Parts: sequence; C-alpha cells; structure tokens
Amino acid sequence: MSGLLLHLRQNYGAVLAITIFVILFVVFLSLHPRGPSVYVMTTASNTGAALAFVAMGQTLPVLTGGLDLSIGSILALCNALASEVVNGSPERVALGVVLVLLTGLACGLINGIVVVYGRIQPIIATLASGAVYTGLALLIRPIPGGEIDDVLSEAMTYETFGVIPTSLLLIVAVVLLIWVPFKNSVLGRGVYAAGSSEVAAYMSGVRVDRSKLAAYSLAGLFAAIGGLFLGFQTFSGDALIGVPYTLNSIAAVVIGGTSLYGGIGGVIGSIFGAYILRTINGVMFFAGAPPLAQPLFEGIILLGAVALAALRVVRIRNRLEVMD
Amino acid sequence: MVRHVLSPQGPAAAVLKRVDRPVLVAFCFILALIFAGSAYFPQVLTATYLLQQLQIASFLGVLATGAMLVILLGHIDLSIPWTFTGAAIVATALAGIEGTGPLALAAVPAGLAFGALVGLANGLGVAYLRAPSMIWTLGMNALILGISVFYTGGFAPTGAPTEFMRAASVGRAVLDIPNAIYVWVILGVTAVFILKLTPLGRYIYAIGNRETATYLSGVRTRLVLVFCFVWAGTCSAVGGMLLAGYANQAYQAMGDPYLLPTIAAVVLGGTHILGGRGTYSGTVMGVVLLTLLSSMLSVMQMQEAGRQIIYGGVIIVMLLVYGRGGKIQG
Amino acid sequence: MSDRGGADAPFLEMVGIAKHYGGVHALQDVDFACRRHSIHAVLGENGAGKSTLIKIAAGVVRPDAGTMRLAGEEVRFATPPEAMRQGIVCVFQELSLVPDLSVADNIFITQPPGKWGFIDRRRQRRRAEALLARVGCEDIDPLERARNLPLSRRQLVELATALARDPKVLILDEATSALTARDVDAVFRILRELRDEGLAILYISHRMTEIEAIADTCSVFRNGRHIETFPQADRSRDEIVHMMIGREISQVYPPKPAAATNGTPSLEIENLTWQDRLRDISLTAAPGEIVGLGGLDGQGQRELLLALFGALRGVRGTVRIDGRRARIGSPAQAKSTRNGIAMIPEDRKTEGLMLPMSVRENLTIAGLSKMMRHVVIDPRREGARVDELVERLNIRVGNVRDAVASLSGGNQQKVVIAKWLVTEARILLLMDPTRGIDVGTKQELYGLMRQLADEGATILFYTSDYDELVGMCDRVFILYQGAVQHVFAGAEISERNIVRASLNLSLEDVSEDAAG
Repeated sequence: MSGLLLHLRQNYGAVLAITIFVILFVVFLSLHPRGPSVYVMTTASNTGAALAFVAMGQTLPVLTGGLDLSIGSILALCNALASEVVNGSPERVALGVVLVLLTGLACGLINGIVVVYGRIQPIIATLASGAVYTGLALLIRPIPGGEIDDVLSEAMTYETFGVIPTSLLLIVAVVLLIWVPFKNSVLGRGVYAAGSSEVAAYMSGVRVDRSKLAAYSLAGLFAAIGGLFLGFQTFSGDALIGVPYTLNSIAAVVIGGTSLYGGIGGVIGSIFGAYILRTINGVMFFAGAPPLAQPLFEGIILLGAVALAALRVVRIRNRLEVMD
Repeated sequence: MVRHVLSPQGPAAAVLKRVDRPVLVAFCFILALIFAGSAYFPQVLTATYLLQQLQIASFLGVLATGAMLVILLGHIDLSIPWTFTGAAIVATALAGIEGTGPLALAAVPAGLAFGALVGLANGLGVAYLRAPSMIWTLGMNALILGISVFYTGGFAPTGAPTEFMRAASVGRAVLDIPNAIYVWVILGVTAVFILKLTPLGRYIYAIGNRETATYLSGVRTRLVLVFCFVWAGTCSAVGGMLLAGYANQAYQAMGDPYLLPTIAAVVLGGTHILGGRGTYSGTVMGVVLLTLLSSMLSVMQMQEAGRQIIYGGVIIVMLLVYGRGGKIQG
Repeated sequence: MSDRGGADAPFLEMVGIAKHYGGVHALQDVDFACRRHSIHAVLGENGAGKSTLIKIAAGVVRPDAGTMRLAGEEVRFATPPEAMRQGIVCVFQELSLVPDLSVADNIFITQPPGKWGFIDRRRQRRRAEALLARVGCEDIDPLERARNLPLSRRQLVELATALARDPKVLILDEATSALTARDVDAVFRILRELRDEGLAILYISHRMTEIEAIADTCSVFRNGRHIETFPQADRSRDEIVHMMIGREISQVYPPKPAAATNGTPSLEIENLTWQDRLRDISLTAAPGEIVGLGGLDGQGQRELLLALFGALRGVRGTVRIDGRRARIGSPAQAKSTRNGIAMIPEDRKTEGLMLPMSVRENLTIAGLSKMMRHVVIDPRREGARVDELVERLNIRVGNVRDAVASLSGGNQQKVVIAKWLVTEARILLLMDPTRGIDVGTKQELYGLMRQLADEGATILFYTSDYDELVGMCDRVFILYQGAVQHVFAGAEISERNIVRASLNLSLEDVSEDAAG
C-alpha cells in the first residue's frame, strides 16, 4: 500500500529531523565518557524537555501562519509562579500545578484574543504581550529564588521503573493526551486550514477564529508545562529565564519541518528539533569545544538550518514561484 | 436600509483628511502624556526636559528609521539588538587600542561598515536565498551574539568611545541642541527623501504591496531588498555608536532593550507590519511617544516590572485603537 | 419527492436586493427566484452583479437592503456556514480548497464523520472515496494533499465537497472553467441527476454552448439589475448576448492589414528549451505583426512568454532582437531600451498590479526612469504622462490617486497595459489579457492591440479563446507538449484548423476535413 509512502512524503520534514537526531544522538553517546547508561539517557532527556515543550507550543501558532514571540515570557512567568505556589502540602502542590497550567493557558488565550478579535498581527501583538508577561513575572519574582516541591521535582526528573526517564514519559503523555486528540479534531484541522489558506478555510465554513484561539491557548499551556519542568530541574524560579527560549523554540520548529508560512508540519518534528539543538550542545561539549563558543555555534546552526531549507528555492526555476 | 456614512465637512476636515489617522492619534497621545505628566511634575514642560527627551529619543529614532524601510517591504529585521551592540563594541574596541591616531579615526567607519555588512548578509539571505526574514535575521542576531561572547570572553568589552562619538552623542554644536538629534534628523531627512521623491522609494512601497507585480514590472526587486537591509544595519550601527558615546562605553546586550520599542515605534506610527503602507511622520510620532512614555514611567520611579507591563499594555491598547487589520472577506 | 406544486413554487427567493461598494452599485433592487428541479443559468458581463448575487445567497456578503426567502421562510445569513446549514452550497470561481489539507479533509471540512468534534478518519476516508467516485475521480487518493492535484481534478473535488454538504440549492460559479470537455460531460451528468433528485441548481458560466446544453431557465443581469428570466429555449444566442451587453456589437475585431508585413523580423527565437516544458521552440515575429500562441491550456505557452521576459532560470536557446543576440536574465533586462520587451502577465491582481496603490503609481512603476529630474521623480512629468495614458486608453477612473483596486476588471487591465506604453516597448508579450473582462472593454483592447501593431510593435499573443486567435492574429503557432505543433497563416487560421492542431490530430485529418 502506498499509504505509508504518502505519509512519509507528506511528513518529510519530521522524518528528516528524526533521522538527524538519531545520528547526532549516536555521536553524542559515543563521545560521552560514560557511554550509554540510564543516567546519561535521563540527563539528555531532561536537558531537552523544557525546550521540547516550548517548541511544541510554538508549533501551533506557526501552523496557523502566525507566531508567538511571548512564549519565552509565558514560560518565565509560569516558572516564577511555580516557585511561589508549587510547594508545601501535597494538596497545595497539586493545586499549584493546576494554577500554573491555567496561568499559561490564560496567557495564551489572551494572545489569541488580541490576535483574532483585536486583529493585530501576531508578531507585534505577542512582542508586546511578552513585555507584559515578563513584567508580571518580575512582579512575582524580582530576583531568582523561591521554592518548588522537591518530591515532585525529583519524581519528574528521575526515572520511572528505574529505566525510563520520566521527562520522556511526560512528553509522550502530552503528545498522546493533548496533541493527537487535538490534531484529529475539527478544531485542530482548522489550525492547519487557517495556515494553509485562510480565505479558502473561511469560504469553506471553517471556524478559523476558534481554531486560532485554541492554537494560541495551547501554546500558552505548553509553555507553562515547560516553565514548570524548568522549575523541577532548578527547584526555584527566575523571571528572566525565558529569554533564549523564544528564539530556540522557533529554531526547533523550523528544524522540525514545520513551515513558517503555516499549514504544514506538527509537534513531533518540533520535539526532535528541540532535542537536535540540545544534542548538538552536548556533542560540542564532549568534543571539547570551548563553552564560550556555544552561542556562536547555536547561531551558525540556526542559520545553517534556514539556509538548508532555503536551498529548495535555488532549485526552483520559475522565479515567480518563490515570491509571495 | 442603505445608510450614508456622514463625512466631516469644511476646511478643518480637509486638513484632517490629509493627515494619517495613526499620526493624529499618536500625536494626541503625546500631548496627553505631556499634559498629564506636567500636572504631577512641572519640570516636564521645560525646554531642558523636552530637549533631553528628544536626545534620548534620537537613539530610538535612528533605529526606527532603519527598521521602517525593512518593515515597509513586508519584512522585519530582528538582528537590530546585536547589530547595535556589535557596532558599538567594534568602534569602542578600535578606539580603545590607542586613544587617538589612525585606529581611532577608523572607529566610526569600522562601526558603520560592521552594520552595513550585517545588513548585507541579512539582505542576501532574504533576497537570494528567500529565507523568511524573521528567522534569518533572528539567526544573524544569534550569530553576532555568539561572535561577541566568544571574542570578549563573556566579559564587558574593553575600550572607550572616541571623542568624535562622544561629541556626536552628547555634544551641542549648534543652537545648544544635542548633536544626536541632528544625527537623527539627517537620517530621517534622507529616509523621507528616498521614500517620497525617488524611484527607490516607490519600489519599496510597491514590493511591500506585491512583490511579484513589482518584479514583473522590471524592477530589480532583489537589489531593493538588499539596499533596505543594508540601510537598516547601518542605522542600527549608528544607534549603537551613539549610545556608546552617550554611555561612554559599550556593553554586552546593550541593544536588547531596543528591539521591542523600535518595531513598536514604527508600527504605532501607522506603518503596516505586513508592508506597503506607512509614513515617516508616523514613525517620528511613535518614537517620541514611546520615549516620553518610558521617561514618565522612570520619573514616577516605577519598577522594571511595572514598566514592562505598562509598556506592553500601552502598545496593545494603541494598536487596538487604530492598528487593526482588515477582516477577511471573500 | 417531485410534488408538482412544490416544484413550481419559488424555492430560493430574493426580493428587493441591493448592494453597493463605495459609490458603485453592484446590485440595485433585484428580484430573483429559482425553483427546485431546475438548472437555472445566471448570465451577464463581468460587473453585471452575478457574483454579488450568489455571494449574498451563500452568506459571503451581506446585502444593504432586501429580503431572502428559502422555501417560503425568511432567512438571513451572516457567514457561509449559516447558509450551508440551510442547504445553500456554493462552488466558487476562485478555488476554495485548502491546499495543504488532504482531499478527504477538504471534502468533509465542516461536517466530518465522528463524535464530539473528533474526526473519524477511517470513516471519512471511506465516504470521501465514495463521493470521489461519484464525480468521476476514482483515481484520486483521498489522503493526497489538495495542492498536489492538477487544476481540473481540484475543480471536481470542489464539486464533491459541495455534494458532501447535502445541498438543497447548489450554486456553481464558473465551476467548469478549468475542465476538459470530457470532464464537463461528467459534471453535466451529475448535475442532471441532482436536478432530477429535486435540487435547485444555479449555474454561472460565460460559455454559451454549456448553457445551451444544460440550463432549463436563464436569468440575465446587466449593470447590477435583473433584466429578464426566461426558459432557455425561448431565446436565441444573439438575443441573449444582446440582452447582456445592452447594445449591438457590430464588429468585434478590428480589420487585419491586407497583407501581413514581410519586414525583417524583430524577434527571432531559436531552439528555446526550458526543463521539459519548452522543447526546441523556434519562432519569428516582425514589427506590425500579431502572432498568436494557441493550443490546449498548459502546453508551454505561458512558459514561453515567461522565458522571453527573463522570469525563468536555466533557459537554453538563442533569442535575437532586431538581429542582435539578446541576453535576458530578468524582467529588468527584458524591459531595457536595448531589448524593449513588455509582458502583460496572466493574473493581473497578483502579478500585474499593486492593488492598494494608486492608479498613478501603478501606471508609472515600469517607466519611472523616463520621468526623472536628476535623481528624483518629476511630479509634473509623471502627472502629465499619467493623464495622457488615462485619456489614450480611456481608463475610467475618478481620481488617479485612488487605489487601482477600486477600478473595474477591464479598467485594471488597461492600467496593466498602459504601464508598458511608458517604456516604449517594441515587443509585447500578452498572456490571456482579455480573461474575465467584459465584451465592451475587450473590444477596446482588440482595437488597441491592432493600433500598437500598426505603429510598429511586435505582439506575441497567448489566449485560450480560439475565437480571439482567429479574429486577431496574422499568424498562429500551435503548441503541443512544449513544442511547436503547427503554424497557420492568413486564411488557414480557422477555428477548425486550430482545434485540430491543438488536439494533435494529424495534418491529413485536418486537410481531409477541410476538403470534405
């Protein structure tokens, strides 16, 4: 049956990202002084988890043809909030987690409302709302600190059954419980439709507004999960921790094969995009590259990924096809 | 059921019609800010205060002058922060090696060349590789950041601005007006000249409206794209060197706080973020408005948190007032 | 189902409908009704109000005045989905498929099988297969992205999409424009079935032959008014055309010059090749000549013109202009004084115009270098040139500073052509310039083309309308699969010859037929 082939062809970007990741990860393990072990796997999984969540979140607005430049700020706000509320008695911790997730969802929803009903371009709307969220985060946590329940933190950053990194399970759970149902819903299909051709979607009777609202809201929720997970790793909160996450999430989305023009892609590719970025850092570390060169390599890799995607254009022989 | 929309009549209305609505709204906001501010702090209405604000505004103004041309094309330059910082580091480093002499003389040209070079790389990527400008310039920003961290070892860069940079930023050569304002005026007049009077300006608006149609009209669209990015990079470099002269040093991430205000100033001034529409007078209004706003907030001794919230909030509210895009219609 | 009384009563009824955009009345006081068990053709020139009428019926546009009744009940639609829920489904002229979704997703985009807002993909796929089979597209994989289908298949998928919505009133707006004759027959078969099942079908088309073949009833619109509704058989084609344009059209095409010019060719193309779309094309054209490019759609005609205009990369072969070898690497080089080429692109809205910019700016964008004073644009010279062009081409515009988007389609096309008069181009490449333009303006454009040729221009004219090839061209090159299939000149240029050659029937067939 050609069904599988068709599926692979249509998810070419994600397949490529997975391939690259596997190769990189093998190199990483071979360079790692301790070799493959449960500890190394768990560390690797934890290192990329927060970025993976944020990248998943970023994927949704990008699929609608938009963008969320406030996603790092939402992550920081949720991280700061978590350091206030996710501690104390187990009930309080549970309530705190729910509160943090709802905060992320609300931030995303506000972005969605401003973009959809305010009809302000996503770039500028989320750039501005990002300032507001950063301000709120600073209000909650002017200097890094606070406390996050260590029992929960350790449970989330260690292994389940002693072998499987819990952070990996968490990612799989989020994919299966949130992404897969969403993608197979009318709402989720509307996200793709809005990004592919908003006019055609509208004319076909797709509720573009609702789908976009959902996309931005879910982006906020995913960012909140990311912020929470960062808190589990550091046991504390930091209002300015989110700055690099916005850029890196976009990079992960692009590397993961989602089109910046919308309509094509998905969160699976973005997760691998995030892990590719983190694995490269690990490879460089163990290969003996100076730590100060780290940001430089990140820049080069991002530009390289974009340039690679752009090479497609060089093959197009009709110059009109590359415009608009 | 047919309703006629009543349009305002008379000469006053004729004048109003000629002025862009965003320019007018921004202007009213500025007046409101000044009067509200003066109610609490009488010094707001003094020439000294206003001139000082204009001097601070000129850094933002120079950046917005660059960003505006790129935004008019329907693109965006997110490499502003580190083009700004990088040019400042390059210029102060050259000047720092020896206080005067040939290397110090080369400081400003080298800073400008740095900005132009970054702009060129941005422009080539966007025009020839057809990379989305948002991600391409973001990557360029990360690259310069990486180079700068690597080169300075992550510490504050050494060096100092030259006398000329200091003078250009804080000196008052003519009429007791800060020279930085003149720098802004020169760049602004150049931008207006390009946009209003030359074919290049026409092409910039045309590309922002429909690149394919412009290309098929026999316009060298790729050159126009490259020009605008080089222009933006150069403006960012000028801004960086002005701030280095003002602060008497260059420092890591000195450009980071300028990205949002620069883009916001252009957009609040009525330039459409997707390109094709916008006036320079609007950009000036946007710059002055944001500068006054942040000055008021610091006069009120607002904490960083509150400033960010109010800053972002005001931008969203103002865009809600007039910056709304059209509703999709079949 | 076919209860006589019900079938005779109007099913969709519109009373006193009016709509205006700015100062333009798209519809004025229109009463219109259609019945079940009927295929009802809506006719009119562009700008007659047909599109606005169906957009109102489908909920895309809200009327300024008037009421709408469906099966006797007053209805009001704010959005397309509201109209769809009442059973009014439209297949639009501009394709409304979402390109990156699968065919199955597109077909069931608003009401997928499944529960609680979740899509049952398996069931959706099965039902999509059934619907595709019904419109004669068994070969399409429902999981293929709509983007990857050829245009004609996409149009059939659109029809399947409409059928999936279980329509009571089905509106087809130029829905057959991209279809081959065989596909059209298949569509007609389906439409007749649907009519017999009791649907009310509104059919909008410019092709008179199709209307004669399928419609029971016709309504003619002109200038935003409903002129008349009558049974299709009651009026002759001439009467209908007359009703549409409201005046006699004596001579559509300007007379051709007695003898085709035999001057030295200004444009010589040798062995032009580009990918697999252009194969060894050789062609010459002389000043004063209008050379037609014919053949079926998509045989390389567009690519040939794009290649000559420098918009394609990797073109091989030689092009000579006025005997000199020409290097044309970009449109900018093509339009240089040395080459003097101009192109009217296929899609004026996206390729020809910057719609939000003024008429003035659009008119001068290609020729600003001709109106400079030192390094700045001389506004006086620009203004004078613009006034001259507006007058010469009779462009109907209130103020040249208005957005070009506010002009009618025909006048927009005049602006696209006029901008190349500024550059004094000697070689004009025209890509279907009369598409979607009303008869009156078409006639003006024909006159202008002949006038430009008489003044010494060389014109390459691609059109999908065989009638235009016959009426306008001195010579016609028929392209087939990227190669020149046949060249006709003078009296050989007939609709029959062109059709034969386009279908790649052998020459004997052609001559036999001509003899017989």
